[in-house]
Amino acid sequence: MSEQVPEGTRREQRSDHSPWNWLLVIPLFATLIPPLFNRTSPDLFGIPFFYWYQLAAIAIGVSTTLIVYRISRR
Amino acid sequence: MFDDVNAVQLTVFTVLFAAVSVLGFVAARWRAADDLEHLDEWGLGGRNFGSWITWFLIGGDLYTAYTFVAVPALVFSAGAIGFFAVPYTIVVYPIVFLVLIRLWSISHVHGFVTPADFVRARHGSSTLALLVAITGIVATMPYIALQLVGIEAVLKAMGVTGHIPIIVAFTILAAYTYNSGLRAPALIAFVKDTLIYIVIIVAVIVIPYKLGGWDEIFGAAEAKFAASPNPGDGVLLAGPSQLQYATLALGSALALFLYPHSITGVLASRDRNVIKRNMAALPAYSFVLGLLALLGYMAIKAGVVPIGADPEAGEPGDPNTIVPQLFDAMFPSWFAGVAFAAIGIGALVPAAIMSIAAANLWTRNIYVEYINKDATPKQEAKSSKLASLVVKVGALAAIIALDPEFSIDLQLIGGIIILQTLPAVAIGLYTRWIHRWALVAGWAAGMAVGFWTTYQIPQKKFTSPTEFTVTKEHFGGSAFPLSELGYDTTWTIYAGFLALLVNLVVCVVGTFVLRALNAPDGEDATRGSEYFADRDDPRVTDVPEAVG
Repeated sequence: MSEQVPEGTRREQRSDHSPWNWLLVIPLFATLIPPLFNRTSPDLFGIPFFYWYQLAAIAIGVSTTLIVYRISRR
Repeated sequence: MFDDVNAVQLTVFTVLFAAVSVLGFVAARWRAADDLEHLDEWGLGGRNFGSWITWFLIGGDLYTAYTFVAVPALVFSAGAIGFFAVPYTIVVYPIVFLVLIRLWSISHVHGFVTPADFVRARHGSSTLALLVAITGIVATMPYIALQLVGIEAVLKAMGVTGHIPIIVAFTILAAYTYNSGLRAPALIAFVKDTLIYIVIIVAVIVIPYKLGGWDEIFGAAEAKFAASPNPGDGVLLAGPSQLQYATLALGSALALFLYPHSITGVLASRDRNVIKRNMAALPAYSFVLGLLALLGYMAIKAGVVPIGADPEAGEPGDPNTIVPQLFDAMFPSWFAGVAFAAIGIGALVPAAIMSIAAANLWTRNIYVEYINKDATPKQEAKSSKLASLVVKVGALAAIIALDPEFSIDLQLIGGIIILQTLPAVAIGLYTRWIHRWALVAGWAAGMAVGFWTTYQIPQKKFTSPTEFTVTKEHFGGSAFPLSELGYDTTWTIYAGFLALLVNLVVCVVGTFVLRALNAPDGEDATRGSEYFADRDDPRVTDVPEAVG
């Protein structure tokens, strides 16, 4: 398909592709395999591993999305 | 109606509730365009929300009052499995990150208001668009009804019974949503979320301190589950439920942004960066949700008894009341009032957005498509406003006239059926390889499997680890035993996930068959480059002249 490119849209001929996008897969592996974290020790302030690990995994999710956002903004 | 009412709690609750209602009406003038008589204004708040508003709006939209009472209730009664809400809300953002910005771009270029608008243009199939629209409406309705269950739970804890209070609350909600559209929940979300954050931070500091620390809390939980005859509960996941845990988290994550109300929040944002930033910032709510889930264990330690429970008669009562009951026991009355208001107001934001989203589906994909093809923007806005009222009355009637259990069942199925729109909407954003009629067939197959599996799942009450009585024949949960499929295992899988797999297989096989038969493809009204358009693109207009 050869379409006329409207004026001023050359920048939009980009795509969202970036090798950095693969970072977004990390949180899935970190949280969707229960055998990795389905245990009580080591505990943290009396909170079993199962719980504090998953709460901590939120930080993994945040950092990967943040990195991908930062890089795609450039 | 008002026996044993805690006057201080009720006063604080009522004052905050009233203040928020005023805000809801004032919202009509907040960042307002010249007139609200356009669907982009009423239904999408002008499509111009920045990062902060979007964060509060989507956060307030996704993390509902029902979530706030039901997740801890599940942890209270079943333990670890209830914590699936945390992985669910961790993985959802990385999964949808790239998908939503495509949806935003294409929707802004073409002026789409609903996911079904996109499906119509992309696959050139009005049948498929109608199916997606109906699925969205059907999945959303019980979700709205459940917000009322959230309000009822706090009212019960304050000693207020009967249906009149929720009728009053919903009438006010309906009035300001009609008046202000999406701007009302957007503005109220600021109050709701601020209150929620304060309450939760205080709760996770004060309550464990009062109860003697986390050791004590988890010790009490372990003791409770050890004494329980149910082999499926516990502070850790029982072996067979690990697959259920992972697939429930993943399936719920895939479903979340297919819900029309989530998409409404996304499309209301100003540009792609607002969405990307929010994908990184929204997990703050996931953290709060995780802490909230732990309130279920605190309730065990504190010896909270659900309202209506009679341990001697084996009557479990209403587990949704455990969080309000815990707050009532642990906090001074005035702060418990604040906490109850946070949950009560927490019901209003999603209920408003959901009714707007359902109303937009009705207007764009049924009213304009089949009833009034030449509707003016003003007629569209009018139709949506009226539909939002109808939707709320319907939700109210479902709770009052029918057993609330019916709404809970429907919402369980709601997540499963909305997942069946994934191939048409999410995969459709990337490829048109799947034939439009294969998408229809896949949808039908997924729906059938979703209903069949959940219908097969009974609710069990264990008398010993191997013996149980069936307390409810059908729709007793979403954990489908793989043994039903002939596998020799005790593992269970999320029914929605299974239904989606079947859907995808039918889509692929159906496409090969239809291609072999030379069935004509639908016309694609979208172009590749439009999926990357951002705000600075001349094709993206803030308020499209002719929508559609």
